[in-house]
Amino acid sequence: MNLSILVPLLVSVITAATPLLLAATGELVVERAGVLNLGVEGMMLVGAICAFAAMFITGSPILAMLAGAAAGAVLSALFGVLVLTLASNQVATGLALTLFGLGLSALMGANFVGHPIVPLAKLAIPGLSSLPVIGPLLFSHDALVYLSVLMTGAVGWFLNHTRGGLILRGVGESDTSAHSIGHDVIRIRYYAVLFGGAMAGLGGAYLSLAYTPMWVEGMTAGRGWIALALVVFAAWRPWRVLAGAYLFGGVTVLQLYAQGSGFVLVPTQFLTMLPYLATIVVLTLMSSGSVRSRLAAPACLGKPFRPVS
Amino acid sequence: MRLKVEPRRQVSKPLQYATPPLSVLGTVVAAFVLFAIMGYDPLRALYDLFVAPLGNVQGLSELALKASPLVMIGVGLAAGFRANVWNIGAEGQLMMGAIAGGGVALAFYGREGWWILPLMSLAAVAGGMAWAAVPAFLKTRFGVSEILVSLMLTYVAEQFLSYLVLGPWKDPEGMNFPQSRMFSDSALLPVLFDGTRVHAGVLVSLLVVVVAWVVMSRSILGFEIRTVGLAPAAARYAGFSQTRVVWLTLLATGGLAGLAGLFEVAGPIGQLIPKITPGYGFTAIIVAFLGRLHPLGILLAGLVMALSYIGADQAQVDMGLPNAATGLVQAMLLFFLLASDFLVRYRVRLVRPAATSEPAPAQKATA
Repeated sequence: MNLSILVPLLVSVITAATPLLLAATGELVVERAGVLNLGVEGMMLVGAICAFAAMFITGSPILAMLAGAAAGAVLSALFGVLVLTLASNQVATGLALTLFGLGLSALMGANFVGHPIVPLAKLAIPGLSSLPVIGPLLFSHDALVYLSVLMTGAVGWFLNHTRGGLILRGVGESDTSAHSIGHDVIRIRYYAVLFGGAMAGLGGAYLSLAYTPMWVEGMTAGRGWIALALVVFAAWRPWRVLAGAYLFGGVTVLQLYAQGSGFVLVPTQFLTMLPYLATIVVLTLMSSGSVRSRLAAPACLGKPFRPVS
Repeated sequence: MRLKVEPRRQVSKPLQYATPPLSVLGTVVAAFVLFAIMGYDPLRALYDLFVAPLGNVQGLSELALKASPLVMIGVGLAAGFRANVWNIGAEGQLMMGAIAGGGVALAFYGREGWWILPLMSLAAVAGGMAWAAVPAFLKTRFGVSEILVSLMLTYVAEQFLSYLVLGPWKDPEGMNFPQSRMFSDSALLPVLFDGTRVHAGVLVSLLVVVVAWVVMSRSILGFEIRTVGLAPAAARYAGFSQTRVVWLTLLATGGLAGLAGLFEVAGPIGQLIPKITPGYGFTAIIVAFLGRLHPLGILLAGLVMALSYIGADQAQVDMGLPNAATGLVQAMLLFFLLASDFLVRYRVRLVRPAATSEPAPAQKATA
């Protein structure tokens, strides 16, 4: 294949993967702490509209990204109060959060439909960006693309090589043991949940600021749920989330290219189904492939915890 | 003095009944604040949302019409939730039911006969069940999360429906609109009261409530479902099969959702179109919780949620309140319910601080 086709293709895989990577990396930390937040889709949507609104009003991309992250974190704080402080059912509360985010973002975004913004700028790195092939492929992206990869690395380092990461994993594996040696389980889980919310908000922000720089109701189109599936796919390991996100980015791009290519053998609706069907297939392969992946799930995932005081 | 929180030995029955109405009240207050912040007249919005539709026969009949699918799906979902089976793809199962049943209607287009509607209903139940069978199979065979699979299939069903009404099932005389032919008279549900849209499906949903109530509270099967959810170890010891319960609850919900989907297309809509539901499959999740997972409670909860749908239309026409406000109000209601569950399971008391500072033992809460 010609390089002039291949490079843009791979670049679009990277952009399609970035929102998934941001949200899934955040959710991975949440789940490693033993909390299942099914509200990723809702947090992404509210992150998307808040980032878009901030960009539209202030024109500052930095403020826009911060707004997206903050919006996701605020929503996750709401989830935290219910699930951590009030020990509510995590599955039901996560669903409620997604429904809440759908409604809230649609309401907030009603006045922003159809408005254009300046898309997130590509950061040129002197020397590197002008290299042939590698330049456009690796060094001509916007800040959120770099941030998504950096955060994945940072999370991997934090979980496996720091004391804080060890404690967080301990809280997820055995909340009662962590509590009995003096760790504040609830507080640590709050930190994890807030981090997950901010990352989901950034994932949403990427969609409305860079991927398709506009606001459309429900524009995440299930990406929050795919991010949740990616965490399972990755067996709760950061670097495998990276691989998974790029794989799904590839599926998305493949489907878009097939739709745009003109000679359509399959109706477009069937191509649009692809990422969702791929998610099901991948989940099935992961769950049936080996017992290892099931053992990888944090032991306390989804179980409510309340210290008796 | 400080607050002391301790788990109750047994859930508080009076509070269990009191919290749903309290949650509705909390939601009304929260919605008041929210609408005020957003610059809408909050009193007028709340009046439109919750009171205005009750004032006339038209509103009441629409209430029955919209509550019917919510109740049918909610009853099925509740059985699943009791057994810890989280089917959140009822929306997709609803669409597949509508497609299967609608397909029968289109296949016999122009034909007459009493048998067409029953055949459509069977196809709709089968369609919904087939869509729910996928997560059931993957969960019981490979241990795949039914949450993600059932939800992903909703997106697939949506695309499939869109393909059909834009492609092979498009109305040849429809000026290229994405819609099927209008169903023949024999394929439309009979209207119960002249001048309204209340159809025979509403009666079926009432029947579903009664049957579900008998099954869940008076039969061994209902006991089995509740035991698997509450005490999986005890259920295994008693010889109850978790696999069976997963299959049963998913198939039941899928079938009911499929039927509810058919009642939409063979009732008020009268043809297949790309969007046949305003999110009934998702709202039914809230209905199931608001009804405390009890069929009779779900009937009441379905009416409350249907009210918010009709009220939203009213508020949109009357004061330009975006339709999304309904979803927001509905989700807030679920938040209030889940939060109030805390009071059902825990006792909160004011106590004097203890003199000793012994380390507190940890205890798992039972969800």
